[in-house]
Amino acid sequence: MSEAIKGNDAMTWVLRLYVAGQTPRSVRAVENIQRFCAEHMPGKYTLDVIDLYQQPQLAQRDQIVGVPALIKHLPEPIRMIIGDLSDKERVLVGLDLQPKSGD
Amino acid sequence: MTHLPQLSKARTGIQGLDEVTGGGLPQGRPSLVCGGAGCGKTLLGMQFLVHGAVHLNEPGVFVAFEESAHELTKNFASLGFDLDDLSARRLLAIDSVQPREVAQSGDFDLEGLFIRLGYAIDQLGAKRVVLDTIETVFASMPSPATLRAELQRLFRWLKERGVTAVITGERGSDVNAMTRQGLEEYVSDCVIQLDHRVRGAVSSRRLRVVKYRGSTHGTNEYPFLIDEDGISVLPVTSLGLDHKVSTSRVPSGVPALDAMLNGGGYYRGSSVLVSGTAGTGKSSLAAHLAAETCRQGERVLYFAFEESAAQISRNMASIGIDLGHCAEQGLLRFHASRPTLAGLEMHLVTMLREVDKFRPHVVIVDPINSFVASSDEYDIKMMLLRLVDALKVNQVTGFFVSLTTSGGALEHTDVAISSLIDTWLLLRDIELGGERNRGLYVLKSRGMAHSNQIREFCLTDRGIELRPAYVGPAGTLTGSARLAQEASERAARLRMQKDILRRRGELQQKREAVEAQVRALRAEFATVEAQAESFIEEAQAAESQLQSDRVEMARSRAAEESP
Repeated sequence: MSEAIKGNDAMTWVLRLYVAGQTPRSVRAVENIQRFCAEHMPGKYTLDVIDLYQQPQLAQRDQIVGVPALIKHLPEPIRMIIGDLSDKERVLVGLDLQPKSGD
Repeated sequence: MTHLPQLSKARTGIQGLDEVTGGGLPQGRPSLVCGGAGCGKTLLGMQFLVHGAVHLNEPGVFVAFEESAHELTKNFASLGFDLDDLSARRLLAIDSVQPREVAQSGDFDLEGLFIRLGYAIDQLGAKRVVLDTIETVFASMPSPATLRAELQRLFRWLKERGVTAVITGERGSDVNAMTRQGLEEYVSDCVIQLDHRVRGAVSSRRLRVVKYRGSTHGTNEYPFLIDEDGISVLPVTSLGLDHKVSTSRVPSGVPALDAMLNGGGYYRGSSVLVSGTAGTGKSSLAAHLAAETCRQGERVLYFAFEESAAQISRNMASIGIDLGHCAEQGLLRFHASRPTLAGLEMHLVTMLREVDKFRPHVVIVDPINSFVASSDEYDIKMMLLRLVDALKVNQVTGFFVSLTTSGGALEHTDVAISSLIDTWLLLRDIELGGERNRGLYVLKSRGMAHSNQIREFCLTDRGIELRPAYVGPAGTLTGSARLAQEASERAARLRMQKDILRRRGELQQKREAVEAQVRALRAEFATVEAQAESFIEEAQAAESQLQSDRVEMARSRAAEESP
């Protein structure tokens, strides 16, 4: 399933979420990222959700090991976050929306 | 009695490893191969897959965590593995897992890896899987606890899939653990440890089956080597002593020596050792054997560790042996190398491989003690034991040359290996009268009556000659002393003969003289006899006349007297 909301702004986020079936963790990840995108980049993102059970060949092609896996293709650089994305702070840092708190 | 189900095994195709493991790796189970960096784990895994793909029609999946598919293909091309071709034929798939920096938010698992692997296995119908080296995920991914749990799950999953898996693990700095992450805790059906150490500037590789659940296995360390054909492991080929034996003989090429060995030569498949000091002619004995074997149409493999093949051929030509001709016929093959260049195991595996390829009837090792400098006595004995064993199993006659340094006492390395030797020839120096000559004798020869004589051993341009040594009151004489003694004996015999002739002559003369005398006496006697007889005749005639006269007279008187 794919959500694409085209906006006028120059900055468009291209995100891809890989999940393994409809496990509770997968569902959580989808919900979390949808909520996150709505909150932080409304109208400025494309999100593809890929179920690896449906398309197993993509696991090797796109180098997926840990799932769920979120890959930010744009803006560069490419980033990967694994997990159900429940920790919002970590997602912000992982997507370069927030510098990592130094300590 | 019902037959208990046997653990089935997946052959690795690695020479020697299948013997050590009693058939290969446990089928359908994961096995752990661990060791330090560069010890051959990746190679072992890949050979396992390629063997299955090429020879057993078992496709395989190689999951590489450290190298790219391209690198692997290039590296293995030099071993003759065409991985691209196998991929095209759908017998092999390489999945290279690239490490990348990841952040973590919330819980995750490694289902992505499972899906990848499952897909690759299903696509090929793979029966074999290699994961090399899965521990690297710990370096690039967070949450070691999650990773550890997932790995456990993965090994169970592999078992459920029924694939035979090789998991490689690298030894870390902790000497107590076999792998960095302690994989040996989870993969416990079969654990093989590879070791690569450098001793005295020579590298040496060892393999050990640490654990093999459900199967007996060789528990020792086995040396192995890696060369252009891959890994070869070296087990003792027969743990028992049940070789076939032969009663047929292999002529030594020196007829007098065959005579000393009860008229036939060496037993086929036996081990022969000739030891002696430098320059005594041991290699010449070897060359005689080689030439004679070739003459019989059989093959000889000559391992030379001190001289080059060309040098040996040249030297032997000077005593009338043409080894070049044997080589041209393809019946003699030389293999010359410097012993210090490689470890004992390397030499042994190389030698056995050559024996396997060339299938000789006779193997010559000249000399065996070039290895002494680089290794200890126990290792040499083990190596020679394995070599002798392997030769006996194949009924190959082994001829070993050993250089001794002291003139009289037996070299202790020789004594150490003497139990492996069936026939032991000793070349001794005999010093007498300002000369140094060589003597050969048979110290022992199992299974045959042999001469206990010391023969004088001479190298002539017609080859080796064994002359009976003169043993007289002065002891054994050889060389010029013997020649002198022989000369004086000959002179004595000649004198004796002359004496006899003279005596005979004298006797004859005497006889003739006596006979002449006898004849003279006889003649004299005949005369006397004749005279006597004539006299007797006359006397008798006179007597009878007188008698007849008397009768006449009486008659004439009587005529007058009777009326």
